[in-house]
Amino acid sequence: MSPVQEVGEIFAVQRVGAYVQFTVVAPGIAAGFQPGHFVAVAVGGENSSMLLRRAFALYGATPSGDFAGTIQFVVAEHGPGTRWLVQRRVGDVLDLVGPLGTPFPVPSGPAPAVLVGGGYGSAPLIPLAHMLLAAGSPVEMVLGASTAARLFGELVAKRAVGAVTVTTDDGSAGVQGLVTDVLSDAIARVNAEIVYACGPMAMLRAVGNVARKHAIHAQVAVEEAMACGIGVCMTCVLPVRGDDGKSRFVRSCVEGPVFDADRVQWADIGRLPADLVGADAMGGGH
Amino acid sequence: MADMSTTLGWFRLPNPVLTASGCAAAGRELNQFFDVADLGAVVTKSIMSRPRSGRPTPRMAETPSGMLNSIGLQGPGIDSFIANDLAWLAEQGARTVVSIAGGHTDEFVELARRLRGNRAVSMLEVNISCPNVENRGQVFACDAIASSRVIGAVRRAADPAVPVFAKLSPDVTDITLIARACAEAGADGFSLINTLLGMAIDTDTMAPALGGVTGGLSGPAIRPVAVRCVWQVRQAIPYLPILGMGGIKTGLDALQFILAGASAVSVGTAVFGDPNAPMRVLAELEQALDERGFESLAAAVGYAHRPPATRLSPANAGLAAG
Repeated sequence: MSPVQEVGEIFAVQRVGAYVQFTVVAPGIAAGFQPGHFVAVAVGGENSSMLLRRAFALYGATPSGDFAGTIQFVVAEHGPGTRWLVQRRVGDVLDLVGPLGTPFPVPSGPAPAVLVGGGYGSAPLIPLAHMLLAAGSPVEMVLGASTAARLFGELVAKRAVGAVTVTTDDGSAGVQGLVTDVLSDAIARVNAEIVYACGPMAMLRAVGNVARKHAIHAQVAVEEAMACGIGVCMTCVLPVRGDDGKSRFVRSCVEGPVFDADRVQWADIGRLPADLVGADAMGGGH
Repeated sequence: MADMSTTLGWFRLPNPVLTASGCAAAGRELNQFFDVADLGAVVTKSIMSRPRSGRPTPRMAETPSGMLNSIGLQGPGIDSFIANDLAWLAEQGARTVVSIAGGHTDEFVELARRLRGNRAVSMLEVNISCPNVENRGQVFACDAIASSRVIGAVRRAADPAVPVFAKLSPDVTDITLIARACAEAGADGFSLINTLLGMAIDTDTMAPALGGVTGGLSGPAIRPVAVRCVWQVRQAIPYLPILGMGGIKTGLDALQFILAGASAVSVGTAVFGDPNAPMRVLAELEQALDERGFESLAAAVGYAHRPPATRLSPANAGLAAG
């Protein structure tokens, strides 16, 4: 499914804790949606000095029926681009490119799974949970955040999967602590064969470590700064080990955002390890 | 409708809008949004001899009306490029300008030789904004002698059927001195301009925002610098064609470059924000030429250099006043 560029009207805007949830008319993007896909949104309007799109994991999509298809995504305000975005209202239009990225891989048959969301990283896990449940897989979710207002999707998750464990750093909701403090128990309870996660890099790395102790795979959706989102600019790369055992800088927008946590060379992010393919040829040039 | 065909040396293009090196990879991703064969040509990301990892992240920082990048020419190396990327472009029927980069003159020569006789290649763009490893990392394009040495050597090694364009850096005291040196060495034209060297500091971490510390500034922020460079080089060396680039986002931006003396333009950073930008710029440029009464793109090339008395006034060019 190729991505498309669409200009769509905002159908609904909802404040959810510290976040803003958008529903936008985008039938072309909705038609190709699978959990794990993301959308790249232009910010600032036509004469904006902000050239680059902002990327958001898709929270859901309603394909065309009686109404035109819509997509949903969740925005956290943390700079001028997202500030502009959270000030948009119903009826305003957004310029969108999607669906982008490689979605979460799902087992061919039923397989118990634990889904771990950090902050609004839970957004893409909700449609994934529905998909896994529909395939007959038992699902548990673990949602964590620094504080209660930065949790996303707790009620929706409880309605979808029932078994949800919440953690907060400050204890303002659920268990005080980190998602990894409760992850092992969740894995054991459902006898999980796979873990899915989305959230900050440090959390994804830690989730990968817990999954490895249980000898199961963790498929994690990363957040890396992107300029284009479509695979041409080469800014969003991560060091990832390939099938041949060698590590390369790969694009998190196209090869990702979902990676097997064991393949990501977490300790080498922001570094140039000598054994990376092509590191020996580096001399300069921008 | 204006005749949009143009030439870069003896390379004939049906229209004057190309992608820019490093902003379109090798065309495959953009082909999801439009047919890359409809472009004037695809300009591929600078290729070097060996596979290169590129620099560590962060590689990008957004700046006002622009961005800084420090990718470090990540790429698969010339063998894989020819076998995969060039072959794919040929299958699509896309005209292709191959950008080559090297750390020393011999590397540029080797690349030109490897591409010799390959019918998928319509033109070479020589990216001389690379550090010269034989001269303590001084960028070739900032030194007239080093620039002319590379361009001369590439011209001799390259397929005689393929024009060789020198891509120049604006980070020099007088760009016409570098352009003249390249012209004397046999350049068939110029690509103007490469990014400007810039830097941003993250005020949260209080450290450089880019892993590579400095990076190339691109986007509309650099457009006036680019138009100035095209103007100066056109004036200094009017007989060589120019491929203009630097912050083109709209058809009117492109028209500025054409009027300043460019025969064609590359749309670069705008693609990151709008993957359909090249085809949109082409449609807008065509409309802008029609509105001004130009029967052909060729008639508009360098038009702003004409003495005022010989320029069409907006009224007789059919444009509404105001």
